[in-house]
Amino acid sequence: MEKKATRYGYSEALIEMGAVNKNIVALDADLSRSTSSELFKNKFPERFFNIGVAEQNLLGVAAGLSLMGKIPFASTYSVFASGRAWEQLRTTICYSNLNVKIGGSHGGVLTGPDGASHQALEEFALTRVLPNLTVLVPCDFLEAKKATLAAAEIKGPVYIRLGREPLPILTTRETPFIPGQGLLMKEGKDITIIACGSLVFESLQAAVLLEKENINARVINIHTLKPLDEKIIIAAARETGAIITAEEHEIYGGLGSAVSEVVVKNYPAPVEMVGLEDTFGTSGSPEELMRFFHLKDTDIVIAVKKVLARKG
Amino acid sequence: MDIAQLKVQAKKIRRDIIKMLGEAGSGHPGGSLSATDLMTGLFFNTLRHRPKEPHWPGRDRFVLSKGHCAPVLYACLAESGYFPLAQLLTLRQLGSCLQGHPSCQDVSGVEVSTGSLGMGLSVAVGLALGAKLDQKDVRVFCLVGDGELQEGQIWEATMSASHYRLDNLCCIVDNNDLQIDGRVKEVMNIYPLADKFKAFGWQAIEIEGHDLKQILAAYAAAARSKEKPTVIIARTVKGKGVSFMEDQEDWHGKAPNKELTAKALKELE
Repeated sequence: MEKKATRYGYSEALIEMGAVNKNIVALDADLSRSTSSELFKNKFPERFFNIGVAEQNLLGVAAGLSLMGKIPFASTYSVFASGRAWEQLRTTICYSNLNVKIGGSHGGVLTGPDGASHQALEEFALTRVLPNLTVLVPCDFLEAKKATLAAAEIKGPVYIRLGREPLPILTTRETPFIPGQGLLMKEGKDITIIACGSLVFESLQAAVLLEKENINARVINIHTLKPLDEKIIIAAARETGAIITAEEHEIYGGLGSAVSEVVVKNYPAPVEMVGLEDTFGTSGSPEELMRFFHLKDTDIVIAVKKVLARKG
Repeated sequence: MDIAQLKVQAKKIRRDIIKMLGEAGSGHPGGSLSATDLMTGLFFNTLRHRPKEPHWPGRDRFVLSKGHCAPVLYACLAESGYFPLAQLLTLRQLGSCLQGHPSCQDVSGVEVSTGSLGMGLSVAVGLALGAKLDQKDVRVFCLVGDGELQEGQIWEATMSASHYRLDNLCCIVDNNDLQIDGRVKEVMNIYPLADKFKAFGWQAIEIEGHDLKQILAAYAAAARSKEKPTVIIARTVKGKGVSFMEDQEDWHGKAPNKELTAKALKELE
């Protein structure tokens, strides 16, 4: 399967939009090579603004540009975009409901050897509590491109979680991307695995392993963490009776929490969560870290068995 | 308006502020009164805006970075005709568009929501940058407090404004020298201010912030700046115009009671 990092989907979309819409502008905070916003800069240097190592100012300047009718895409590492500049995101951008788009790259442990300081494991929790904000978590390069294109169409602030590591391309050019609508990746009746980002691939792999044991798993890709597709989650709880959430993120406050909130309010069913549990990341190769933090397909299979034992 | 008219207008604004705060029972009189002459000169002389057409694209932009001084902004907006004066008396009430700190989603004429210090100047930089990008003749003004200059983000914004040669940007420092915990110098020294801004590549103008002639001259000088953003460091008196509030840090965030409201209004007749 072809692999490409989601961050490149972001810049490819920016360039495509930039060619037809003069109001598309991009900003970065001295990480344009890493986030790949440099590719936009190379095409449209007059519409690219490096703000230097100053993430709070990055979001503030983007806010001002949006007020002048621009559609600013501000990128930096997601630790900084969602953490360092959280209050700017909250008060300047979300409270004012400004048309600012944020590309948070290097999310999750797949960031690898840079270690805990650079591995955003809290951004879902930090962003999904913010009113007006749409939070997108694409699972592959193509979906990241579609998410970025969709972000420009949304009136209001959007946060897109991107990653450094090449991921298998699971979706096709034709796969629909409708913000707020979960995507059914595989039908199934015994259990539903609800995943986002890099864990969508692992979940599909897990479903294949489970078929060998006659467990028929449904797989849903929640590419929009906020607003969350409650319908698809409630239907999963009702129709399959047990749920696994899978995310390359802290389970507390992340997808696990978000899905559980919907399930307990609407159709209580047992839920098990695959993700990091109250911990920081650490240095290592991306693949090593996926194993170390139990984020692999085989870990999902273990969780499925655990939740099936609880299923009434 | 000419200077004589502006003086009358400023007094009206001060009266509005006292009435609003007296009615609301909470809020920030000190910094609102210290900024009144700066704001009056801006809104009633310098700023190109159309109160009946608040989204007019050609308008100059104003950002109140020190959002707690919302009362002076609301008074200027109402006196300019953005909304009825009677609305001022709903300040800080449940359901009012006049939130304790300015909310752009709620009130006409507020460009961006503020209230958390240090954030407004970055937005002003973005506005000025956007105007430059479209070659629009739009000036951007941002009012900051002196205590607010202790926020790191202010200096990030300051650095970026000169980097992008935003000569259409004017930052006004309401230098009343007091913050919640006391004298600015004692809480956390920010001086020398002009030298700091100059070192960051700005044109710095120091004025007496209650002298309307100096205020208008400074706004005009800022307009003539080439390549450099301008900071106007305006020496002001916190609580200016109300004797018992003047230069008292205690009146930073406290509304006058009925009796003191009446007393203040009498002084402002």
